[in-house]
Amino acid sequence: MIPLIQEEVVGRRKWIKEDEFLDLLALAQSAPGIIAANTAIFIGYKMKGILGAIVATLGAVLPSFFIILLIAACFADYKDNPNVEAIFKGIRPAVVALIAAPLYKMAKAAKLTWLTALIPIVTALLIWLLRLSPIWIIAAAIIVGVLIAKRKTE
Amino acid sequence: MVYLYLFIAFFKIGLFGFGGGYAILSLVQHEVEYYGWLTPAQFTDIVAISQMTPGPIGINCATYVGYTATGSVLGSIVATSAILLPSFIIMIILSRLYMRLKDNPYIASILHTLRPVVIGLIAAAALVLITPDNFIDGWSVLLFAFALLLTTDFKIHPIAVICLAGFAGFIIYG
Repeated sequence: MIPLIQEEVVGRRKWIKEDEFLDLLALAQSAPGIIAANTAIFIGYKMKGILGAIVATLGAVLPSFFIILLIAACFADYKDNPNVEAIFKGIRPAVVALIAAPLYKMAKAAKLTWLTALIPIVTALLIWLLRLSPIWIIAAAIIVGVLIAKRKTE
Repeated sequence: MVYLYLFIAFFKIGLFGFGGGYAILSLVQHEVEYYGWLTPAQFTDIVAISQMTPGPIGINCATYVGYTATGSVLGSIVATSAILLPSFIIMIILSRLYMRLKDNPYIASILHTLRPVVIGLIAAAALVLITPDNFIDGWSVLLFAFALLLTTDFKIHPIAVICLAGFAGFIIYG
């Protein structure tokens, strides 16, 4: 979705400059939440304040909202159809594979060492086996990040 | 009451959902399982549908879960607004403080420690979905291995992989 936003906002409409967009994208990706929505909020707010942010967000979100709503409403009727169920029985394990697929590349890009590789492993095990809420782990990571920065700046 | 829970659950997901689509999945999964809104198989189906439709996975999850949990459009509206609200507040604050935050050592350090955690979140999202309803027999394991190989080694597009797996499912189980 991001390349489409860039093409529209930077290329076609020239609302903001390329380098500004890249800065903005870095920020939208680092902030929590949906990256495409973050980008839309930022661009909308920069151009027309709060109202601009609301309009841009609606624009970014509404198409998905309506498509999924339509599917959710129809799927309720079809999910007991044996053919639909057979198709989804095939799709489900593939979806698990799709989620797992980027892991190896991400781990390589993050340049994990034997020690730092423990962080994702422990994170995954805590959530998977102990059903710990991911929120606690994210909050802990934020606190650790602050403490490390504090020690460095002192 | 379910509307209030939907709001709280998706507000939390929006507030702590660092790392984009797949990382957000593990948060959604946790809340959905905690409240018993969807079975693991239903959740997996949403991920499949999200892959095949345009738009962000987080929005798709919120809209779908909101509808399924309540059976009404209002549920979708509540969940989708709730996941967006933290972004709204945070991005507006960030855009005001932007210049000052750009080189802030604290922000840089937080993002640095979050990076390996995000990998763990995605791994957890995959692990939690390895359940008896998703892996019903040997065919499932084979389809999993095949899909993993197609996406990682052959760079086949996720939509194509889902279509192939759906076709295989139709042949095997249909």
